[in-house]
Amino acid sequence: MALKSQPIIVNIGPQHPSTHGVFRLRVAFDGEVVQDVEPIFGYLHRGSEKLAEERTYTQIVTLTDRLDYLASMTNNQAYVLAVEKLAGVEAPERAKYVRVLIAELMRIASHLMATGFFINDIGAFATPLMYCFREREKILDMFEMCCGARITYNYMRVGGVSHDLPEEFYPALRSFLAEMPARIDEYEELLTENEILVARTKNVGVISPEKAINCSISGPVLRASGVKWDLRKADPYEVYDRMQFDIPVGAAGDCYDRYKVRIEEMRQSLRIVRQCLDQMPSGPVLARAPSLVRAPAGAEAYGHIESPKGELGFYLVSDGGISPYRCKIRSPSYINLTALRDMLLGWKLADLIVIFGSIDINMGEVDR
Amino acid sequence: MTRPWQGAELARAISGKLPQAVVEAQDNAVQVKPAAMLDVARLLRESPGLEFDYLASVTGVDYIDFFEVVYHLVSTRQNHSCIIKTRVLGRDEPVVPSVVSVWQGADLQEREVYDLVGIRFEGHPNLKRVLLWEGFPGHPLRKDFILDREKVEYPYLRG
Repeated sequence: MALKSQPIIVNIGPQHPSTHGVFRLRVAFDGEVVQDVEPIFGYLHRGSEKLAEERTYTQIVTLTDRLDYLASMTNNQAYVLAVEKLAGVEAPERAKYVRVLIAELMRIASHLMATGFFINDIGAFATPLMYCFREREKILDMFEMCCGARITYNYMRVGGVSHDLPEEFYPALRSFLAEMPARIDEYEELLTENEILVARTKNVGVISPEKAINCSISGPVLRASGVKWDLRKADPYEVYDRMQFDIPVGAAGDCYDRYKVRIEEMRQSLRIVRQCLDQMPSGPVLARAPSLVRAPAGAEAYGHIESPKGELGFYLVSDGGISPYRCKIRSPSYINLTALRDMLLGWKLADLIVIFGSIDINMGEVDR
Repeated sequence: MTRPWQGAELARAISGKLPQAVVEAQDNAVQVKPAAMLDVARLLRESPGLEFDYLASVTGVDYIDFFEVVYHLVSTRQNHSCIIKTRVLGRDEPVVPSVVSVWQGADLQEREVYDLVGIRFEGHPNLKRVLLWEGFPGHPLRKDFILDREKVEYPYLRG
């Protein structure tokens, strides 16, 4: 007699250590195997786009801090670039270098968190994560020197940055640059050829390049599938066209490649930071722009950057007033979840956590 | 650099194959008829030379007299980009064809537009609210939206 079984519905989240915030997955399991997935969003929805319609262009920078709170600086940057495009403001040369330098440090900090939590999800509880926190701490210390804050920076302005880099920033950055390559090697020694990591991530959660492009996936997840698409190269903004760096790509498009791409991107970010430091001119860091930024009525602009998690875009429409008529946030974390169902079907519960962790989402940005 | 297509240039390319689709060529965008949106999407994705394979963003904007849906498209092979817009009149039940069958990346984005702006996407496989819950009164990104706290039902607080 054949045994019949019914699928069992399990709610993973909203309160679950592997959901990186408040995210819920309704999963139908056949035994241990995922049969169907329904992601449920919105637990952290604060209506950022609506709030933006009631604030001046400068005030919105504080809202962007609260999107991806592990990479607030790049959110600032994406937003101010969009406003600069909309209002026709040009930041001074030095400000562009400062922004690129800061953004690359932010990318390292965000990838450290992504790697640390990913390994945590696999089951290496807390130890590798604390190693990653150790280096991130140094970056946050440097950001604190720049703007006094450690999570929500509000550092960038339309037309530049709020303060120039302080004196004590440079020695801190130099010592960080000197020690970080060895730290990345240390992670790699611990992890890259680790038998458990390889067994849990190789060929797990594969997504093909065609599928990744069709699902509008961006960032390390797209590049791990072998698509050489990075907005810093494809559509250079600020001073990225003067920087020498490579775009690391994966081959298989599995969880392991996503981990490897992030590790390699940290090395490339260090290269960019070094070049910024060498090339940085002196001069003002904030353009002479009116304190109330305005754009002509009917003007619209779409500004996008390569944030640590992918393509972060702001679509702004102006009605000539002091606040945008419409401020749409194209958040990479949200759109990267489009293919989540396809990635999870047929895998087991334990793999679900690994695959989900490898996408590296941030709920502040998913729910906005 | 990603090369942005000029509106007039792209309008010519679309009109060559779909003569009825284009309403107006703007500076950097092309406005098309909502009814023709799906055909335009297929054309943009499949024509050699256009090959817009990556749907970067879908936005709904409420201009009070009409709703506009804005599509930002990129070709990762050719490294060029374009903007397609479509307008729907009428505030009660604005409908635009869904492009999920062409770009799967539209899935969550169209759901978000439906949720926050209230534009229905015909043919979407799973058009449900995504950031707000079923039963939320109105669509917050509409310009005439006023939150009446008395009317909001919080399903999680019931009982």
